Amino acid sequence: MKQTFAIAIGGAAGQGVATPGDIFAKIFSRRGLSLNAYNAYQSIIRGGHTLLTVRTGPKPVTNMGDRIDLLIPLNQDTMDRHLRLLRSGAACIYNADTIKPGTAADGVQLCPLPVSELADITRNKVAQNTLAMGAGLNMMGIGFAALEEALKEQFKKKGEAVVAENVGVARAGYDYAAAHFQPFRNPLPKTEKRYAVLSGNIAMAMGGAAAGVKFYCAYPMSPSTGVLHWMAAHARKAGIMVRQVEDEIGVINMAIGAAHAGVRSMCATSGGGFALMSEGLGMSAMIETPVVVIDCQRAGPSTGVPTKTEQGDLWQMLGAAFGDYPRVIAAPLDIADCFKLIPEMFNLVDRFQCPGLVLCDLLLSEGRLGVDPKDLDFNQVVDRGELILPLNGNGNGASDAIAANGGYKRYKFTDSGISPRAVPGVPDHIHTVATDEHMEDGVLISDEFTNPIKRRAMMEKRMRKVAGIEASVPPPTLWGPRDAEVTLIGWGSTKGVIEEACEILNEQGLSANQLQIRWLVPLHGKAILELLKDARHVIIVENNYSGQFARYLRSETSFVADGHIRKYDGEPFMPHHIVEAVREQLDGKTKLSVPVHEIMV
Amino acid sequence: MATSVQRTSQLTVADLKGRVDPDWCPGCGDFGVLAAIQKALVELQIPNHNVVAISGIGCSSNLPGFINTYGMHTLHGRALAVGTGLKLANHELTVLVTGGDGDGFGIGGNHFIHTMRRNVDLLYIVMDNQIYGLTTGQTSPTSRIGMKTKSMPFGNIEAPVNPILLALAAGATFVARGFSGDQKHLTELIKQGIVHKGFSFLDVFSPCVTYNHDNTYQWYRPRVKKLEDDASYDARDWAAAMEKSLLWGEEIPTGKFFERTDVPALHAAEPVLNEGPLVHHDPRVPLDVARGFIEELM
Repeated sequence: MKQTFAIAIGGAAGQGVATPGDIFAKIFSRRGLSLNAYNAYQSIIRGGHTLLTVRTGPKPVTNMGDRIDLLIPLNQDTMDRHLRLLRSGAACIYNADTIKPGTAADGVQLCPLPVSELADITRNKVAQNTLAMGAGLNMMGIGFAALEEALKEQFKKKGEAVVAENVGVARAGYDYAAAHFQPFRNPLPKTEKRYAVLSGNIAMAMGGAAAGVKFYCAYPMSPSTGVLHWMAAHARKAGIMVRQVEDEIGVINMAIGAAHAGVRSMCATSGGGFALMSEGLGMSAMIETPVVVIDCQRAGPSTGVPTKTEQGDLWQMLGAAFGDYPRVIAAPLDIADCFKLIPEMFNLVDRFQCPGLVLCDLLLSEGRLGVDPKDLDFNQVVDRGELILPLNGNGNGASDAIAANGGYKRYKFTDSGISPRAVPGVPDHIHTVATDEHMEDGVLISDEFTNPIKRRAMMEKRMRKVAGIEASVPPPTLWGPRDAEVTLIGWGSTKGVIEEACEILNEQGLSANQLQIRWLVPLHGKAILELLKDARHVIIVENNYSGQFARYLRSETSFVADGHIRKYDGEPFMPHHIVEAVREQLDGKTKLSVPVHEIMV
Repeated sequence: MATSVQRTSQLTVADLKGRVDPDWCPGCGDFGVLAAIQKALVELQIPNHNVVAISGIGCSSNLPGFINTYGMHTLHGRALAVGTGLKLANHELTVLVTGGDGDGFGIGGNHFIHTMRRNVDLLYIVMDNQIYGLTTGQTSPTSRIGMKTKSMPFGNIEAPVNPILLALAAGATFVARGFSGDQKHLTELIKQGIVHKGFSFLDVFSPCVTYNHDNTYQWYRPRVKKLEDDASYDARDWAAAMEKSLLWGEEIPTGKFFERTDVPALHAAEPVLNEGPLVHHDPRVPLDVARGFIEELM
């Protein structure tokens, strides 16, 4: 088993859970350790219960894992909820003045800190947090200098006195642990790797900037708001127009308006906002103006659980907007992929002049991952397809002989279904686009004149783009041994946890492989059937109630899986959920496993 | 929102004739609005490839198909949102948003309010006929109390919105009312609305000859009184404009209610556009700037 180490910090919202989490993440990533962080929280600004898990290790860490090695409860509630999760070798550092431990399992080290003796708690309200960080890092075998440096950065804006005080408190915790607590068995190593730590929302925003997005607009909605925050904070440096709009209907229409003028345009929302955008997606497809829309899924239906994750919007997205139209739908596989996918998506939608939809979820949007900075590549190929921009700066919009004679047709019939797209401001290419059905020159065939022959031809022109899109997107591949006893299919954000479940199964002597779907439309159904042809036992793993992907795969390919593992309690899968479910299904006990989430958050 | 682009030849009304003729009912007020827009563009000599007419859905929203400028015939109620995005992406374009009262004050009411407070530099012309025409005659947000329609056959019991009052309250920086039966006056108001640097709202009485038998040309003609004919009226006075906006009945004011020029248009307030229209910017983030973004995360 690979070496990993997980810290869980819990408390009420407003008690300062985030700062120690950020500092631990910084220290780990600077040691060249991979890390994954997940914050379980509620829709409340002060109070409630928050549990932040930071898992790290020298090899790639892709999910929250199964085990907590160090628990830091900032209040009694956290101690009462989570001490029972600790197993032999784990430790719990807590404020002995205010928190009483319960009964811990054998081999769990209880580490009480006499906080009022070690720090002046009248001056420093979060002294217990800082002491616990110091103590924890000592027990992990990490030198004090790393913490000192991180604290200096954290508090430098508040002045030297505050820095000195926090460093002093941290030092007291560090030294107290050295004298009173047992260190962890396997100290965390250093590696030569370097990581950037970021959330999926930041990754998608940066991916947008790298793709050349010039217009971003949104209405705040958890868990997508982080995209807006990064865009707004970096707009001026990146040269992006960022607007907060009155509602998501306004968002999609404003984004399409900007795209229509010739810039790359993007917006993000969650399921409720996406529902409001549906009609706009149809417009994007009908007028053939590309736009990229991100849906960060949260637990539905309706307002649902705004701070919890789910993969429940697949069918909403498949059914969004009425009528048939070409579009691209993809689900990023991890936080690094949140960055990588956006430029790929823009190149596709610019070439095929249709909407591109990104199906993310809270787990990626708000989770954090250590990513190799090389994977945040701003040196991207920007393929804008058959776009004609106004002549000025970067424009190519000179008039040619055909256009000068009035021969430009915005919706010209072509074999590919793609027609040259001139934007307003280009001379001799004047046309009107319409959400009504239209002819090659844009004139309506919906109101005064209808014409079944022309309507059919224009439908077929648009839908010819589907074949081109399919040819431009790679089919999925199978990871792991070809003749495995079990094949696990997932889509989007479950990549990391299924991968780890497969590793555990393989270590246990049960061979497992994985098919992870990134491109949902086009799906490449034939290629998937070919991959599954020899599969011995196929189980589909997804974070929703009804098996939305299983139903989609069946509708596209007639493929019926042998079993299903589903979770719809708002929390993500842990590796052992999948491992245990696979075992019970191979034992013939059930075809549908719904693992119980044992962490009460 | 005047634009300064080189002209190769003189723009004429013939240049602005659309590919198809309007399909409005004979006598529809919208013909007068279309003609006034074409005249205004000719008088201002704005090259037609730099003009975008954007509409929603409804009889009047078919207008972009009938004029030879760039056009967008978008979704019901959404033209202002589309127009805002388009203007911000290329603020050198002259943006005309056109539509009806149901489109703008009903389904699009939210965008109407917010586009005004943002002071987006475009001219919004509402062809207000106080009825839903394309769906064959239902009550609209500006239908008067008591008006009988297919959806309220025993008479409307809901108070209408007052678009002028609403625009003044929402912060529109140019607010005017025209009458399709007075071409010369309407053309002048359209010109002023185009030239105004900020959000220009022009509510136009544009009678529906098929479904609205209450508010006809004959009904309007004796009632409309131009504010410009009153030498004492000062369109810089917001409170006076509010007061005038309440007049309805024997005397209904038309003309420019209000204009202020001290509020920057949205695109002018955003430093990202200092280097010119977004559409001309290099799409790439400079690599040294990008490195800074990544270093923040390390």
